[in-house]
Amino acid sequence: MLEFRKDIFADERDDNLKEVGQPTQRQDMLGHVTGTSPYYDDHRFANLLHLKILRSPYAHARIRSIDDAAAARAPGVKRIIRAADVPVNLNTLLSLIQFGKDDEPSLASDVVRYKGEPILGVVATSERAALEALALVRVSYEQLPAVFDVEEALKPGAVSVNAVYPKNTFEYYGKYDHQKLRFGDVEAAFKQADAVLEDRYQMSPIEHAPAETNGSIAVPDTNGRVSVYTSTQALFFSLDTSAKINALPSNQLHFIGGTVGGGFGGKVDTMTEPLVILAARLTGAPVRYRFSRHEEMQFGSPRGAERIYIKDGVMKDGRIVARQVRAYFDSGAYTRLSSYAVVKCVAHIPGPYTIPNVHADVFCVFTNRTPATAMRGFGVTALDFALECQMDKDAVAIGMDPLEFRILNAYRDGDMKAHRRQAKNCALIECAQVVAEKASWPLRDEFRRMSSRQGGGEHRTGAAAERTRAPAPAVPAATPRPAPASPQRVSYERPAAAASPSAPPPTQAPAGSTHGAPRFSSVFGTRRR
Amino acid sequence: MSVTVKTFARLNEAASALSSERGAQFLGGGTLVMRAVNEADPSVATVIRSTDPGLQHLAVSSGRVELGAGVTMAAVLAERELAFLHPVARAVGGPAIRQAATVGGNLFAPSPYGDFAAALLALDATVMLAGGFGQRELPIEELLHRRERGNTLVSGVAFKRPAADSFRFSKVTRVHPKGISVLSIAAQLPMTSGRVAGARIAYGAMGQTPLRAKAAERALEGRALDADGIAPALAVAADGTSPVDDPIASAWWRREILPVHLRRLLLGAAHT
Amino acid sequence: MKTPIQFQLNGEDVATFAESGANLLDVLREAVGDLSVKGGCWQGTCGTCTVLIDGAPRVSCVTLAETCAGKSIETAAGLRRGADLHPLQVAFVERFAAQCGYCTPGMLMAAKALLDRNPNPTRADVVDAIGGNICRCTGYEPIIQAVLDASRSNERRRA
Repeated sequence: MLEFRKDIFADERDDNLKEVGQPTQRQDMLGHVTGTSPYYDDHRFANLLHLKILRSPYAHARIRSIDDAAAARAPGVKRIIRAADVPVNLNTLLSLIQFGKDDEPSLASDVVRYKGEPILGVVATSERAALEALALVRVSYEQLPAVFDVEEALKPGAVSVNAVYPKNTFEYYGKYDHQKLRFGDVEAAFKQADAVLEDRYQMSPIEHAPAETNGSIAVPDTNGRVSVYTSTQALFFSLDTSAKINALPSNQLHFIGGTVGGGFGGKVDTMTEPLVILAARLTGAPVRYRFSRHEEMQFGSPRGAERIYIKDGVMKDGRIVARQVRAYFDSGAYTRLSSYAVVKCVAHIPGPYTIPNVHADVFCVFTNRTPATAMRGFGVTALDFALECQMDKDAVAIGMDPLEFRILNAYRDGDMKAHRRQAKNCALIECAQVVAEKASWPLRDEFRRMSSRQGGGEHRTGAAAERTRAPAPAVPAATPRPAPASPQRVSYERPAAAASPSAPPPTQAPAGSTHGAPRFSSVFGTRRR
Repeated sequence: MSVTVKTFARLNEAASALSSERGAQFLGGGTLVMRAVNEADPSVATVIRSTDPGLQHLAVSSGRVELGAGVTMAAVLAERELAFLHPVARAVGGPAIRQAATVGGNLFAPSPYGDFAAALLALDATVMLAGGFGQRELPIEELLHRRERGNTLVSGVAFKRPAADSFRFSKVTRVHPKGISVLSIAAQLPMTSGRVAGARIAYGAMGQTPLRAKAAERALEGRALDADGIAPALAVAADGTSPVDDPIASAWWRREILPVHLRRLLLGAAHT
Repeated sequence: MKTPIQFQLNGEDVATFAESGANLLDVLREAVGDLSVKGGCWQGTCGTCTVLIDGAPRVSCVTLAETCAGKSIETAAGLRRGADLHPLQVAFVERFAAQCGYCTPGMLMAAKALLDRNPNPTRADVVDAIGGNICRCTGYEPIIQAVLDASRSNERRRA
């Protein structure tokens, strides 16, 4: 069961909260155990129609012709949905926040860029009728060369995957083909290092495999709107994406989220809603589009595969003095969320460690593979796999205990990060110490006494960082952080006109605050000044 | 068009329908045929089933075992006299699948399924056919060779009961406790004065159908079941196999690990 | 082509018509309206659709509905007695044995099949009993603990 280590950072909080810090029961647990939690498909509609999709059998091909006449005449078929029927047939998910160019069609018309890409839809009175009609569609393809490897895709002359990004990389700010991080001088540091270790890490695409497959039901409403029951994790996001693709004002759609039967990031791509809404509007009937298990596993977007090269320079005394990362995200044929994953990846480099020289180049690459998406800390978790394997190898190379090695290099409050922000609210050291305790892993006393709150400061990134950093805040180097004058206490009531004697006011009023809610976030930075 | 379901009281009538109806498949436990129906697989237009009580026939005597083609893995597990087959039956799916999966269905299940069929192969089983023309009994090896031709309906299997403690089984999977085979090995190892006499070794998921490891069988003849004794058999463990790449494992991997698991099985160190 | 089917569902007589070749999962959800049974794969490999047929666990998505004529079917909807939860349901709640909840009805039925037959299972028995049910959220341990708790519960009611 849960164990709360409230002894750690105890002086920073009152343990008087009703919900935070206490175990609590899920609000839908009763629904789960009685089978009454409403998933999107737990609604019945008279005359429900079924949408099934014809998918490309090839990774890269030109579509020469589509003959759907036999399918249109097949028993039970109400409507064929073609690329030309889609009002706005080019989109990218993050266009909602003006990030990236529209690059993905809802239904392919001239080229298919990954095996499984949707080409055409059949709406019929039963799933079986729809599947049988799909089998009658004749598509003539001209197969094209395909590229499946991120580094191959970046070589000159490589097959161009995505017409909107012909060089196979996403464009940041309209002109950069990758994201960079620069801090200090890694080359100089490698020359000084006692050991230099370089390795390559490769993740596979990982399928979320939720117990409930992706799906949605669109129901024409009594007032001309469409109600949509959906498995999405992101209700408003899916509504707005669907509105754009269907060229509808968003107030014409009513999205009703179901309990999500397992999302993990695999139910944010809004894969079914746009077409099922179109199908409902074209037929005037409720329509369901439900991924089969095969569709979910093979064509539902996975966590993208990443290839990560790491080169570390390490001193005999355990300090990592340089870290160079070159990483490639396999976005598959279209962008979806990989562009954003790369930003998160770069933000996470070099990991929760203070390293004075950091150099990173991270690419979002297009290949003829299933488009990737979010999954459980995407952009960060795969990178952490690589970083932590590398940390173990570094420790072995210099003969240091891998846990002590991490504690030594961990961020401490006040350290300058490679992103030129000061580290705040660090806790890796304390986590490592608890892990050691739980695993009965011996730590030397010196490491058991270390703390995130001690020893930090700009001296740790030293002279090398000086050359590239912005003007430093006025904190003298090599000065231990002063202990707070009195323990910070946070009250959940807005300060009364007369302060009660038992609750001393905070020693520093948060600058520019506009609300009285407690702030632990490093964004507002009121914790442990 | 929905599938047509036809139910026959007598298995022979079902056999006739199987050969005369278009796109006909016989429904055993449904684990494979119903999947095909759910996916609107055009090769299943008619589902043929039978309520013939002979399908549930289960008889164990001191010398012989007879199992109707409709006997489920759960029924095998419920029969104490078939304890030597319990490791095999238990390895087929989870509890719900075992309630449905049948002896007959397993004979026709495509690789990498078919662990029970591999066991029957190692037990030198005879297969009894229902209706149709030609032979009414076949050695199991022959059935496995011709099963792709279709329209063959099995009514049951029979085999000589193996000597005590001479039957062993091992299934290698990636997911525990249940999972599809990376490979499975069934072995009948009769001993005379501490030496193997007439071994039968069958593999699952190492070819198009379960197959006999005849080179390994020959290499074990007259040998003791110790590290030295089994070495020649291990050297030819993969002879005659033709594993494929599939989502479960690659052919290379299957060939690599086969001798490891055969070794454990022969030395008595395997776990199922 | 519709086939008439009659069976017992959670103790009540049910009669309906099923499309020829329909599986039991679709009949229960679409024709009968028991939405407590969930579908995860429609190929018998995930266990989400597990129900009891005459006390035995079966994956309803690959069970031909018409083979269930005259049989007694139990689903998660039938576990509670009025407002009182079944000990398995209570145990799942207390052990946090569900997150998204989608595998839960199938898990409960697989567990019930075990406890109805073996009131004192070992941990290995429980692991085997839910061995055909996939959970993507909990990591299985809370579910195993919940089933063991339910087996020890003093308030075990007659199934």
